[in-house]
Amino acid sequence: MKIEVDRGKCVGLGLCEAASPDHFEVGDDGQLVLVSDMVTYGQRAEVEEAIRSCPTAALRLLP
Amino acid sequence: MSALGNNDRLVVIGASLAGLRAAEAARAEGFAGEIVIIGDEKELPYDRPPLSKQCLVDGAPIPYLREERTYTESLKATFMLGQPASALNAAEKTVIVGDRPMRYDALVIATGASPRYLPALPEAAGIVTLRNFDDVARLRQAVESGSHITIIGAGIIGAEIASAARGRDCQVTIVEATEHPLERALGRSMGSLLSEMHHRNGTDLRCGVTLSEVRTLSDQVTGIVLSDGSEVATDLLLVSIGVVPNTFWLQESGIELEPDGSIACDEHLQTSLENVYAAGDVVSWPNALTGRSGRLETWTSANEQGAVAGANAVGGEGDRQPYATVPYFWSDWYGNRIQFAGTAADAVPEVVHGSVEEDKFVVLYRSGDAVTGVLAVNEPSKIMKDRRKIRNGATWQEMVGHYRGIGAGAPSRAQQPAPVV
Ligand SMILES: Cc1cc2nc3c(=O)[nH]c(=O)nc-3n(C[C@H](O)[C@H](O)[C@H](O)COP(=O)(O)OP(=O)(O)OC[C@H]3O[C@@H](n4cnc5c(N)ncnc54)[C@H](O)[C@@H]3O)c2cc1C
Ligand code: SF4
Repeated sequence: MKIEVDRGKCVGLGLCEAASPDHFEVGDDGQLVLVSDMVTYGQRAEVEEAIRSCPTAALRLLP
Repeated sequence: MSALGNNDRLVVIGASLAGLRAAEAARAEGFAGEIVIIGDEKELPYDRPPLSKQCLVDGAPIPYLREERTYTESLKATFMLGQPASALNAAEKTVIVGDRPMRYDALVIATGASPRYLPALPEAAGIVTLRNFDDVARLRQAVESGSHITIIGAGIIGAEIASAARGRDCQVTIVEATEHPLERALGRSMGSLLSEMHHRNGTDLRCGVTLSEVRTLSDQVTGIVLSDGSEVATDLLLVSIGVVPNTFWLQESGIELEPDGSIACDEHLQTSLENVYAAGDVVSWPNALTGRSGRLETWTSANEQGAVAGANAVGGEGDRQPYATVPYFWSDWYGNRIQFAGTAADAVPEVVHGSVEEDKFVVLYRSGDAVTGVLAVNEPSKIMKDRRKIRNGATWQEMVGHYRGIGAGAPSRAQQPAPVV
């Protein structure tokens, strides 16, 4: 599975980073960096939590 | 795993952030029974932080939390919107909605909070509060170029509204009763420091004064008189002096309430009643990560508490999770991103990175050898890493060493404080 970021919605709050630092990181410019956009089966719950933690619903998991 | 069966019913009161998250978490636990979400607003769950930001500035549409089809396709929840729950009868395991009782097997209360109002205010057009999407429309109409807005309360939301109104060329006055705005949230010195942003952006912030009189003409507010005798002409008076938990409807239920009206919960977010949990702005609970009991009125805690309360409400006794957090909130003022994690009280703030003059800096709050909080202004990459360090019990030396680039060297294991879990 793969993570998709809607750059139009992301406002760089970093709540996804709090839930899953292995996948998300907010850079110095406030832009979200996908540390890794691939999600293994074992990481799925953590990444789904990150997606639900985003106040602007900017993240999606693609099959 | 869900301990409730297919024929059981989870009822959630409050169709907003915490309530929605409770329902989602119950499904994630494997709960396959019926979920009913009761909300007194007529809209499906929407997000509140944008109300004082994008919605007020740009007139952005209602910021729904989920696409509508997720409710039928994956959540499979029934919404009853536009009417409140008016009573809870724990002995019969029912809540009253409209005039009908509804049975529950598990209940999550997520009724949030409402703006506190000043009791002495007259009934007049132009006196408003901001909590719901409906309020935004009213506010936007008034917040137009050249109009004069007065905000009572220099808290986080008051400051955001001031900043949005300045962005639309309004004249803005903030009236703050204390000498030290934001003291509770950020500590005295940082609260005052950030409040200077108001002056620099043309907002007239007046501290240490209160409202003594409201002037009206034909039932429309026209001005106010302050306790120092000064007068301010205004087209709109916005009251933003904090919130009160929405628990009025629970007063006869026997549920334990705190003196501030919030619902007293344990670390599992269970209330004093069996099978009844609570989440979000309506809750007080003991937070093991800060050692403090009380309410948090932030998006992140409502989001996380909703998930914990929903899972615990349907889960088995042994599966229940405690909830603890390093509190976090953000706010946007005059184009500046302000982020805070942890607690400010009783700690000494120190700027460890960047420049206050340039509105770009990081402050750590020190208490002995520990760091209790971090404030980041226009430093968006720092906050979550420091929040994680606070959670893991990092020492002052470690955290400040990172910023000073002196790499203070990790202390030996023996010196490290036990991580707080
Ligand atoms: C303008 C504004 C800006 C904000 N900005 C930020 C921010 O930048 N960062 C941040 O961290 N937090 C922010 N917050 C706070 C954040 O939005 C709240 O913490 C969060 O909404 C709490 O969610 P909740 O579900 O607990 O309560 P609420 O969102 O208040 O939802 C409770 C719901 O229950 C309903 N209800 C009440 N009583 C009943 C009843 N008897 N029966 C049925 N339904 C009932 C209410 O009408 C409401 O719909 C902001 C809040 C506001 C108002
Ligand atoms: S939580 Fe959402 S808005 Fe914040 S950085 Fe992550 S994707 Fe962007």
